[in-house]
Amino acid sequence: MTEAPGGGGGLAVDATVRRGGFSLSVAFEVPRGQVLGVLGPNGAGKTTLLRTLAGLTPVAEGRVVLGGQVVDDAADGTFLDAARRPAGYVFQDYRLFPHLTVADNLAFSPRARGLGKTAAKQAARHWLDRLGLADLAERKPAELSGGQAQRVALARALAGDPALLLLDEPLAALDARTRLDVQAELRQHLASFPGPCLLVTHDPLEALVLADRLLVLEDGRIVQDSTPAHVARQPATEYVAKLVGLNLYAGHADGATVTFDAGGAFTVPDHGCHGEVLVAVRPSSVVVSGEPPHATSARNVWAAEVTGLTMLADRVRLDLHGAPAALADVTPAAVSELSLAAGSRVWLSVKATDLEVYTRDHGQPQ
Amino acid sequence: MRRITLSVIAGAMAGTAALAGCSSGSTSSAAGGTSTSASASASASASSSAALSGSITVFAASSLKEAFTTIGQQFEAAHPGVKVTFSFGASSTLATQITSGAPADVFASASTKNMQEVVTAGDASNPVNFAKNVMEVAVPPANPGHVTSVNDLAKSSVKVALCQPKVPCGTVAAEVFANAKITVKPVTLQPDVKSVLTQVELGNVDAGMVYVTDVDAAGSKVKGVPIPDDVNASTEYPIATVTKSANMAAAQAFVAYVLSPDGQSVLSADKFEKP
Amino acid sequence: MAADLLGPPSRLSARDRARRASRGGGNPRSVPVPLLVPAVIAVAFLVLPLAGLVVRAPWGRLGPVLAGSDATAALWLSLWTATVSTGVSLVIGVPLAWVLARTSFPGQRLLRALVTLPLVLPPVVGGVALLLAFGRTGFVGRLLDDWFGLTIPFTPLAVVMAETFVAMPFLVITVEGALRSADQGFEEAAATLGATRMTVFRRVTVPLIAPSLGAGAVLCWARALGEFGATITFAGSFPGRTETMPIAVYYALENDPDAAIALSLVLLLVSVVVLVSLRDRWLRGGAVQ
Repeated sequence: MTEAPGGGGGLAVDATVRRGGFSLSVAFEVPRGQVLGVLGPNGAGKTTLLRTLAGLTPVAEGRVVLGGQVVDDAADGTFLDAARRPAGYVFQDYRLFPHLTVADNLAFSPRARGLGKTAAKQAARHWLDRLGLADLAERKPAELSGGQAQRVALARALAGDPALLLLDEPLAALDARTRLDVQAELRQHLASFPGPCLLVTHDPLEALVLADRLLVLEDGRIVQDSTPAHVARQPATEYVAKLVGLNLYAGHADGATVTFDAGGAFTVPDHGCHGEVLVAVRPSSVVVSGEPPHATSARNVWAAEVTGLTMLADRVRLDLHGAPAALADVTPAAVSELSLAAGSRVWLSVKATDLEVYTRDHGQPQ
Repeated sequence: MRRITLSVIAGAMAGTAALAGCSSGSTSSAAGGTSTSASASASASASSSAALSGSITVFAASSLKEAFTTIGQQFEAAHPGVKVTFSFGASSTLATQITSGAPADVFASASTKNMQEVVTAGDASNPVNFAKNVMEVAVPPANPGHVTSVNDLAKSSVKVALCQPKVPCGTVAAEVFANAKITVKPVTLQPDVKSVLTQVELGNVDAGMVYVTDVDAAGSKVKGVPIPDDVNASTEYPIATVTKSANMAAAQAFVAYVLSPDGQSVLSADKFEKP
Repeated sequence: MAADLLGPPSRLSARDRARRASRGGGNPRSVPVPLLVPAVIAVAFLVLPLAGLVVRAPWGRLGPVLAGSDATAALWLSLWTATVSTGVSLVIGVPLAWVLARTSFPGQRLLRALVTLPLVLPPVVGGVALLLAFGRTGFVGRLLDDWFGLTIPFTPLAVVMAETFVAMPFLVITVEGALRSADQGFEEAAATLGATRMTVFRRVTVPLIAPSLGAGAVLCWARALGEFGATITFAGSFPGRTETMPIAVYYALENDPDAAIALSLVLLLVSVVVLVSLRDRWLRGGAVQ
């Protein structure tokens, strides 16, 4: 992070883009190797941002610098269009060429960039193996499952040896089960990608799992730019709070129990998980009681102290200190009934069935 | 009552005929022919002046286009109740159409052969020859092929357009070439004589074999190179009513008109020869 | 009681059930009567004249009749000129279709109307127009004659030009429609993968519209094969050189209707064979590798 991002192979953006009546104005930098998650409601400008970085839309003001080279500058007119820009794009609907086999799809970018047929075939082969797609080489996109298509789309973008990787809701088209499986793999591939990477998503969990840093866009402006943990704990806006307000705990699973690194333990539905995991529970699933609950079905009950209250539109978000610490959403009526205030001692309960458990690999920053 | 009506009609016809500006004053004889003339044509118009109405369709060879259009106008002027419609084309095509049941009332052919086909098929009877036509070489006004006689058509540098051999103008042209003892290799064989003329008018060919009447009708758009009489060939034009005509009276009247001095003078003005 | 109002149930045999189930519902064999009746009329209208040809054909004398006519030369000429015309139409028509579909500039609507003009123009008028441009005295033809001694009329080249003039609009219209409705997302994806516009055209756009391209080419070929008015006016007619099959049929009709029918049958047979085999290939499964 000490090297100048634009000059060291990273991405530097300080620009305004206009599309129809909409205007997107952002300024940020992404160093090499970082995965930047871009989060925001519909119409915030996430896809516009990606398309601009890809070279599909020029900026109206400002400039974009990639790897030390100015690829788009409104002031002096420089513009490197998509074909000449070394940016790989994974589209939400994959857009695999239906008339080409998987191998030919992968070889497309090397060939388009000037490699001969044989060299391109080799490059394709390399990426087929790398992403475990070797036995799908001769299939057509129509014969692939959702998860397979996603991997092919990623491989195709990577096969072009891009300096910048752009992913537009890469897991949105997959069903919940496949998503979980693919998420872990995707995390690996993104981690091994040397250049900067932008990942657009509207799923906060995906952002938290896959991204090193979060950029929250609302109405064409950046409203928050920091680590996922910080965004979750201290959301800058209402939207971020609602969306990203999530309790995420890293820990070690052993069958039906997960012991947290930061203290505390939960009973989780037994998936037979062992090893490093992430446990997620939504603030709205945390029950706050003034007294220790008796004869309750909730498997996870623990004591905590209220350290902060935030008024959201229709609820109050409580910041609670305990083992583990948590966010809980309650109604204003509940706040007054239980006389909740900073310093109040309460009991928290969470049902095991309200927990989501994800495996994680080493080095997942929190 | 009837006499008064007849004289009113006669007067009206004379008046309209005068207004139509026909070349000869003979239309008054048609109007007056109700009681005095004894010719066959007059007797036809005698019956017709009492009841001629409706419409007739005349199938005529393309080479008759200008002459028959004029004759048609004159005929309509002489018989105000009648409408004449023409269908011009290659006589062979027209003959086929008539034998296949096309609704014609009169057939005027550029060759006796085609007329004979129609007669044999029972669709026409009693054909009468009403004109004769001889051939002439038509060249574009600038005469790019330097054509001065029909023999020049045999030169390979001269582009010639002919009618398709089975069409009357094609058959007659072949006769002319046989008479002149030349072999002509055309660049195109067109479906009828008018399309040959078009090719010459557009300057697309150096020469075309058409009828004398066609050269005359084209005016300044083409130049004619006459063919000597000893080499030239002619074709007779027969005319007949079609058996299944729906308006036999008017059809017969039309045929009579073509054969009458009025019709004949129109034809000779267009350079047709007497049959 | 409500069930009565919906009518009595249908009777489905086991085979019907299997057929319906595999097709995902609906009876593929039944046509609603208001659609069936006009459809049958349409079929009758198209088939009866063709049936008339087949029934009246001189089957016994087919060989001698055809041998005595210009059939072989005319058929060969028609086939190869129609194919060349289609080829030319593909080479110059597809780029035109792309320009009309994918760009926008002032006067584009006028250009599109001009391109479709040959569709409404009587073919003979088309032939005259070609003469006025490319004939010996035409404004382009004159130059060709002066500079190169090249005259186009009355040559097989003229036949190809006349056929291309009347048939190319079919191809352009079909391809333009296909390009307009094509999903440009794939072309965008190709751009992000580094493909220049020409590469995108060659490797993505064209393969994806291949079925429409094929259908348009087939239409173009069929129209070119049947052309009469423009060819006879611009190229004239001479057996072996510029007398195409339709012209041969027309001439035959004048003296020997049996020969005309025989020639028509040959043309019909050849066309049906080519069209059936081509349509099947182009429309089955879509894109070309």
